[in-house]
This record gives sequence, C-alpha cells and structure tokens, in this order.
Amino acid sequence: MLKKLVTDGIDWIDARIPMTDTWNKHLAQYPTPVNFNFWYFFGSLAMLVLVNQILTGIWLTMHYNPSAEGAFNSIEYIMRDVPYGWLLRYMHSTGASAFFVVIYLHMFRGLIYGSYQKPRELIWIFGMLIFLVLMAEAFMGYLLPWGQMSFWGAQVIISLFGAIPVIGDDLTLWIRGDYVISGATLNRFFALHVVALPLALVALVFLHIVALHEVGSNNPDGIEIKQKKGSASEEAKGKFTFHQQYSGKKDIIDAVPFHPYFTVKDIMGVSAFLICFAAVIFFIPEGGGFFLEPPNFEAANSLKTPAHIAPVWYYTPYYAILRAIPDKLIGVVFFGGSIAILFLLPWLDRCKVKSIRYRSWMHKLNITQFIICFIVLGVLGALPATPLYTIIAQVASVGYFGFFIALFIYSKNEKTKPLPTRLTH
Amino acid sequence: MSNAPVNSGRRKFLTLTTAVVGGVGAAAVAVPFVKSWSPSEKAKAAGAPVSVKIDKIQPGQLVRVEWRGKPVWVVARTDKVIKELPTIEGKLRDPKSSEPQQPEYATNELRSIKPELFIAVGICTHLGCSPTYLPDSFGEQVEGVESGFFCPCHGSKFDMAGRVFQNVPAPLNLVIPPHHYVDDATVLIGLDKGDA
Amino acid sequence: MKKLLIALVALVPSLVFAAGAAVHLDKANYDLTDKASLQNGAKLFMNYCSACHSTAHQRYQRVATDLGIPDDLMRENLIFTDSKIGELMHNSMDKKDAAKWFGNAPLDLTLEARLRGPDWIYTYLRSFYKDPERPFGVNNTVFKDVAMPHVLEELQGIPTATFETITDEHGNEHKVVVALHSSETGEMSSDEYDRAVLDLVNFLVYSGEPNKLERQSLGFWVIGFLIILFILSYLLKKEYWRDIH
Repeated sequence: MLKKLVTDGIDWIDARIPMTDTWNKHLAQYPTPVNFNFWYFFGSLAMLVLVNQILTGIWLTMHYNPSAEGAFNSIEYIMRDVPYGWLLRYMHSTGASAFFVVIYLHMFRGLIYGSYQKPRELIWIFGMLIFLVLMAEAFMGYLLPWGQMSFWGAQVIISLFGAIPVIGDDLTLWIRGDYVISGATLNRFFALHVVALPLALVALVFLHIVALHEVGSNNPDGIEIKQKKGSASEEAKGKFTFHQQYSGKKDIIDAVPFHPYFTVKDIMGVSAFLICFAAVIFFIPEGGGFFLEPPNFEAANSLKTPAHIAPVWYYTPYYAILRAIPDKLIGVVFFGGSIAILFLLPWLDRCKVKSIRYRSWMHKLNITQFIICFIVLGVLGALPATPLYTIIAQVASVGYFGFFIALFIYSKNEKTKPLPTRLTH
Repeated sequence: MSNAPVNSGRRKFLTLTTAVVGGVGAAAVAVPFVKSWSPSEKAKAAGAPVSVKIDKIQPGQLVRVEWRGKPVWVVARTDKVIKELPTIEGKLRDPKSSEPQQPEYATNELRSIKPELFIAVGICTHLGCSPTYLPDSFGEQVEGVESGFFCPCHGSKFDMAGRVFQNVPAPLNLVIPPHHYVDDATVLIGLDKGDA
Repeated sequence: MKKLLIALVALVPSLVFAAGAAVHLDKANYDLTDKASLQNGAKLFMNYCSACHSTAHQRYQRVATDLGIPDDLMRENLIFTDSKIGELMHNSMDKKDAAKWFGNAPLDLTLEARLRGPDWIYTYLRSFYKDPERPFGVNNTVFKDVAMPHVLEELQGIPTATFETITDEHGNEHKVVVALHSSETGEMSSDEYDRAVLDLVNFLVYSGEPNKLERQSLGFWVIGFLIILFILSYLLKKEYWRDIH
C-alpha cells in the first residue's frame, strides 16, 4: 500500500521532471573507475566544505554587522553573546582553510594523473576558475572581521593593482571606493562575499561536474574506461548496468556504479575528514596562528601597521613569488602569471600518456621539484623577508615556472612506459 | 570480479545503523544553527527585569515603564475603583480570569498582588496597539464605569483590572507580566518571586 | 617525499617564532579550571586595570556566572561603574582625555591574551623597572618606552635594572637590561607577585575566549561520535566492496 503510494508519487514526478533519470545518470548508474585511490576523496570533500561554508556563512550573516564601526565588535558579539555563535564562526573560519587544503590536494591529484589532458581540458578550466573565485572569496571574507590583519592584508593586495601602468592608481581608488580601505570597501566586499561570489562558485561547480560526467572520470592509470562498442569482453564489462547515455555508444570496462559503491566510500572519507576538521574547530581553531592570525584580534587601525604582515597560508606561495622579484610591476606580472599559467596546463603538456605511473623519470622529477618549490614558497611567504630567504624564494620561483617550461619541452617526445589495457587494482 | 555471496542481513544492518548514526549526527549539527536564533546575551540584557519605585505614585496615577520593548503600566488604583471593580463583572468577557493571561499569583478578582497597585503590559490583545488610560472620562465609553482603558485603534475597552469588556474586538484580558515586590517601595517587573 | 613534507610543515611554526621573538618570554602556566585563580584575577583586573582598560566585549553577568561569583557580590565589589550586571564591561574613562594623558587611549584588553599571548602579558607585567627619564618614571624590558605607569607598584614595588653595554654587528653600542632587582617595597614577595600576575593572566586568557573549556569538552563528544561513525562507515564500505573484490 505504502510502496504503491511511493512508486505512484515517483512516477508522477518523473512524468514532469526527469528525477529518476537524473539520479541514475549521475549516481546510481554513473560508471566510476574501480581503481580510485586515496586522492579521489578530495572532490567530494570540497563539495562538503562548500556546503559547510554556505550554511555557516548564511547563519553568520544573520548576526554580523557590515560596517567599519560595528564589524569587529559584531564578531566578538557572535563569539560570546550569540548562542553557539562561536561554533558557527569557527566552523566557517576553519572551513576556509579546509577548503584550500582539499582543493590543493584535489589539484595535485589532477596534476599527477593527468586529469587535465584531452578530453578533460574544460573540467580543468572550470576547476581553475573555481580556484580563482575561491581565492577572491577568501580574500574578501578575510576583510570582514575588520581586524588589523584584515585591514593591512587587504591594503597590500589592493595596492598590487596600483602596479598596472597608467590606470593603476585610479583602479585601486575605484576598488576601495575611498582613499584608504574604509567602510565603503567593507560593504562592497561583504556584498561580493555573501552574494555574488558564492553564486558564481556554485554555478562553476555545477559546470565542473556537468563537464566531468560528460567525458567521464579519469583514474590513477590514466586509461579510458570507455572503449569502442563491441570491443570489450563480457568479463571486462562486468555485471553492472550503466545508464544508456554511457553504455549506449561505448563499452564500459572496469567500472562500478557511483552509488552505492562510491557513496559508501565517500561517506567513509567524509567521516575521516570530519574527525580532522572537528579536531581543529574544537581544539586548535587558530590553527597555530595560520587559520586565525593573532594581529586580527585587534580592531583595524589605519594609522598603525602590525610588525609582520603575512597573508593567510593559502596565498603564501604566490605572495612569495611577488616578493622575490625586486620590481613592483614585474612582481605583479609574475604573481598573476603564477596562477594564469595553471590554466594553460592542458596545452603545455603534450604527452599522450596521462598518469605519472607510466610517464618518464623526467616527468616524475619535474613534478617533485615543482611540489617542493611550491611548499618552499608557501613557507617563505609566511616569513618576514630576509636577504637569504629572498634568494631562496627566487630559486623556488624559477623552479615553479621552470616546471611548466620543462614540461612543454620534454612532453613532446617523452619516453613513456607501455599502458595496460585494463585498470590495475 | 568475484562472485562472493552478498551477505544481505549484514549489509542491511550496517546500512541502517550508519544511516541512523549519520542522521543523529545531522540532527546534532542542526542544533547550533537552530539555537543561534534564540535571544542573544545582548537581547537578554536589554530585556532584563526592570525595577520600578512605587512609593511616589499618587492614587489614580499611571506610570509607564519599558520592559522588553513593551510598555508596562503601573497604576495606583483608588479605593473607589477597587470597590467598583466587582460590580461590573456582568459586562465583561472573562471576569474570573480563566484564560491564562496572568501569572498564578495574579489570578484573582483584582488581577494583582496588591489591590491598590495594578501592573499590566499595556498592549491591546486585539492587534497590538497601546490603549489610552481614561482615569475619569471612561463613562463615555461604558456607561456607569468611571475609569478604564480605551484602545484608539479599534475601540477595545478594558476595566481597571485589565479585563476586556464584551462586544469589543479584543478577545482576551490584558497580559499581567511576571513581577514581584522586592520591598515596600520597589517592584521588579519581568521576574517571578524566587527566580533569581 | 612524504618525510620531507612533514619536516617542512614541522619547521614552519618554529621559523615564525624565531623571526618574531626578540625578547625572551616566561611561560605562563595558567589554569582555566582554577576558579579561585580566575576570581583573584578578576579582582586584580577590576581594581588595578579597569580604571583605564576596559574588557568591553565581555559582560559582567557572563564573568559572574562563569567564575562562580554571586550576582550581588559581583555588583558590590567588581562593578565600579553604574552599569547593570547584564551590560558590557566598559569603563568610565573618556577616550579623548585618555589620549591626552597617555599619548594613546588605553587599549581594550578583552582580546589581549589572544593578540599578544599569555606569556607576553605574564612577562610584561613582571618587567617594569625604574627609569626616571620616562614620563611615568618606569620603563619595561618587554615593551620599550611603554606609555603606562606601573600600576601594580603597590604590590611589587619598582624593581631597579642592571645595565650592560653591548656592541652589535654594525659596531653600534646599546645599553641593555641584563637583570631586574626587587625594590622590596611592595606588599608582596616576589613569588606572591608572580602568582598574582599569573591569576591576572588567567583572567585575561579567560576573557579572550570565555567558552574555551566548553569548546574543548564539546570537542571530545563530537570526535568520539565521529570515530563511531567512521568505524561504521568503514565496515559499510567493506561490506559493499565485497561485491567487487
């Protein structure tokens, strides 16, 4: 009786919007490579953190006062006077850092397994746009507590636009809406942070996933699970049924439906992640001064700069590149270039083999040095600049850009290992 | 792919348990979100009990104080009013205060702790206007009753114990707030006796 | 590769501290669960600090409740302004007058322990010394040329400093303080004074984040729950993946 009611209800909806079909297409009958490993948790985790940020963000907006006079006090109001306000705030501030942790690991996965390569260039581009919007979102969000670090961090970053020839000064004035960062700046950043950029972010995430499901997921072997119709053996195709959209034109090998196999696996990943996330929220919400910086416990003061300004940890690699170059304009060009060049990755890598598993030792070495340079830059960006550190940062910057140049050169005729015909697991 | 038999009992059990535990977790996560809508400490401080000096109030006088953003009246009733109140019960909607519009200690004929002092929230129970105190011209509204409260918005009428008259839009008697006498000269509005 | 990463990550905080700490700071072993210490700290703060420094993000009521001080005791002994107990802990000093007297308006100290750290406050309050050249007759080894009198003089007295002249790498000579000696004129012995300052630091750490203990105790429950959820989801995953392996 109840069962009939439910099926009738589903039929009623399905006759009007493709609910069951969408569920099957994207979850229950979506072919997922069976050999996904640890690195494949971070996509779903990024989605989880996005939801966390949106929910806690909406709730914080209910108590926050976006004005130069009231912003700092309203944060402490949230921390003390609002029931559980402290928890919502720490979930949001920790979530910001967690977002970048999972996104960086997600990007690293794409890098080593060649997930950006043909035919997944657009997935990579949408992903990079998400990363870019996320950086803008985090930057504007960081101004909102209106502490000393909020103020001076924003001051430094906005001043970067001043390096642009001819229009630079007018542009910074326009961004601030005042001669210094003021309530006008705070209010526009607030509007962008809580409305405009989250909308853009959600739209881009949607496109990222639509593009992914169109071409299908890559995997640690970097070989396609979709083969010419009629070419695969029954054993390779396995026992699962996939949506007509995928299995109609191609044979699908070594795949399992996303649901339930990867939903349960991702739930496991989510639980593990939440343990770490909760540990930070409840025991080290300041993240050792990296998630919430001590100078931000003092209200913004336009007449007094803190002794040492460091951007939040997730910007430090690019900031270190900026500082390593002893010329403002060229520094800003390389600063922007360090992110812009990532967009070009699908075309800089000319190799036909995707996964690091089957690529040359040169490629492995190049990725290793790139990661080391990236981390070294990240560490240096958080430290005060000394002559020695500046030299190290310059070397690491060369390594950072060198990765892309070297990749472009050697990938054309790279000596790769033979690819397997089936996924290894 | 192996053909290991599906242990469906174990699978059902684990699916259900994880779903229940996950559901409990989701409900727990909702707690801070829901609770953050309750009045903050700031709101509570602003809505803290108000203490009123009563030794200077003249018979017939009405003192208006603000408690939680609402007007609260402290009226010194004259002996004449106190004597008059039991006689007009026939004209009232709820003369015995059977609706829970007052704390237990004010559920009596005069709807007050002390007969000579009447304390009520000055908000009409119809649509939230604040009625006007008519100490000696209430007879124009209800014949034969000298003092009372008249709501200018929709013409609701209340007697000197805040009881609503018949044939007016207001359905209920005026609300009596929690209050108690700290000493002979002070009343604390917003707090029952014994609640610290 | 992984080892290298771990080593680098471990290195970061130590490098930051190495860059930031010019002065040696004594460790403040405060204890947020010690109500007596917190109460004493509150008393010291209200008596010696609150005339100039507010803790204006905090409410009297919250302090009274958290520290176990009855409301009427709080009202009589610790509220020096005409504030109600539910109000924020402002003080009655006019900001403009204060800026005239001290050069800067005295800071609000609600978040001082989160801004500078407990160790800094603990060391700072124990580092005043006699310096007749300064407007208030005192200087401080942690906060050079501080524009504040030694308000705890009554308790500690004013220590005197021994100086030594050192030459830095550029050949410039600096007079530096090498030791502080008690003047023996305060009400407290050196140990008693250290303990009093520690109580004060404890109170300021509490003020910086009044729900820190609640946060941590809730954290144990949350993480305990999540571990159970993780074990279940691990078993669930293994159960489903038996289909495939």
